Amino acid sequence: MSLKNEIAVVGAYEHPRRWAPDKTAYQIAAESARGALEDAGLTIKDVDGYATSGVGPIGVLSMCHHLNLKPDWIDSTAIGGSSFVAQVAYAGAAIRAGLCRTVLITYGSTAASERFAIGTGGGFSQDPPDTFDIPYGPTIVGAYGMVAQRHMHEYGTTSAQLAEIAVTMRRHAGLNPNAKYRDPITVEDVLASRVISSPLHLLDCCMISDGGGALVVTSAERARDLKKRPALVLGAGVANRHNGIGQRDILDIAARQSGARAFERAGVKHADVDLCMIYDSFTITVLATLENLGFCKLGEGGAFVQNGRIGLGGELPVNLDGGGLSSNHPGMRGIFLVIEAVQQLRGESGERQVEDARIALCHGTGGWLGIKHSGATLILGAG
Amino acid sequence: MAETAYKKPTPRVDEETRGYWEACRRHELVLQRCGKCATLRYYPRAVCPECLSGEARWERMSGRGTVYTFSVTYQNQSPGFRDELPYVLAYVTLDEGVQMLTNVVGCPADQVKIGMPVEVTFEDVNEEIAIPRFKPVAS
Repeated sequence: MSLKNEIAVVGAYEHPRRWAPDKTAYQIAAESARGALEDAGLTIKDVDGYATSGVGPIGVLSMCHHLNLKPDWIDSTAIGGSSFVAQVAYAGAAIRAGLCRTVLITYGSTAASERFAIGTGGGFSQDPPDTFDIPYGPTIVGAYGMVAQRHMHEYGTTSAQLAEIAVTMRRHAGLNPNAKYRDPITVEDVLASRVISSPLHLLDCCMISDGGGALVVTSAERARDLKKRPALVLGAGVANRHNGIGQRDILDIAARQSGARAFERAGVKHADVDLCMIYDSFTITVLATLENLGFCKLGEGGAFVQNGRIGLGGELPVNLDGGGLSSNHPGMRGIFLVIEAVQQLRGESGERQVEDARIALCHGTGGWLGIKHSGATLILGAG
Repeated sequence: MAETAYKKPTPRVDEETRGYWEACRRHELVLQRCGKCATLRYYPRAVCPECLSGEARWERMSGRGTVYTFSVTYQNQSPGFRDELPYVLAYVTLDEGVQMLTNVVGCPADQVKIGMPVEVTFEDVNEEIAIPRFKPVAS
């Protein structure tokens, strides 16, 4: 019982706000639910499955209460920012199994207006294994920085190569009216920005914004009766990496496993993929993900991202919305990967539209790449 | 007293990890070796993930290793760390083959290199806790 061509994303909505001190996170999630259901041509009464993920107070039971939902299936997958990508697959499995018919997935966050220092603050528990990390001051940026440092050591990757990723995302953001940062930047700008945790500069790091979004998932059969062209699930995979018992190749990331599963299940080749939506928490995340997904060999990511290859009009356009580096990043970006992919496959992306986009790959990374993280890959096809 | 000035988070000592922290307090770095499959593991835990045996013995490490990777941290708002910027977050691979997240101390941050030989050094925090970190091997 596979998901291939059986499950569809029929509603997708990204909240336009990047700064919303006048709204609560719950409100952003609810407004996004309204947007995604309207997009699907459905109502809240059609929802019989619900999923969300979040930190702190944004629990699934509270969100069910807030939206007055009493669904037959609920999910609160908490594997970090990739959760929403995984939840599309899990929702699909639940629908295939007959547990529910129409799943709403929401996300809302006011990380920026609450001044939540995601990347350079604390955020660790005293539970194992965190208790063995907290004495040493790991930050999210430091965890990703250690991956970048090792990549540079093993393969000679340069800061200028990483910067090219930030420059490309900014170029795409210039084509996205809702993106937070739209003015072009150069490689020199990235290299001249201050180092947060070496070798990552400020402009190698995603922003902290407010925001949210929502998705509606149902069966492909039901999707045929809805108002817009669906995006069909072709394949998915979810995986994780951690330090295990103390042996780790830090450049072997979860995308290697989740991507292999997703490609195998989708029955598509890398050359078939028209665009990628890759969680760009940092520039190194994109580079490591492209390598581990198999778009290039390990160590070749630095060269791969040069010369416009991952830009609009290039061989493999990545993050057409501008990504977390330049469009939005309220803490957990996974849902935006799927939203943009769905809009691209429908041809709704305006100036940043990839011509004749038929297959889109989304990959979310959750957690801390160099410490412990999840990866969720979702391959979607135009319906 | 040094402990009044120590603002960084300290680890929780519990049934699974007490042997490790007691050894650190004696300035000895010990890890568990499984009593059944002989696998060496870090961090300490009661059950071996390889074979699920509950038998283990503490084994003293050489305390020497090399830097596997690192990041010089210039921004961290957390108490304690913000007073010591920049500091070096690193993975060290012990000569026994096991990696630990740690700090490299005892040299300027810009002198830290991947592959650099290092040895353990302990910072006494309070009566229960001493934190193992790594410093360049004296040449």
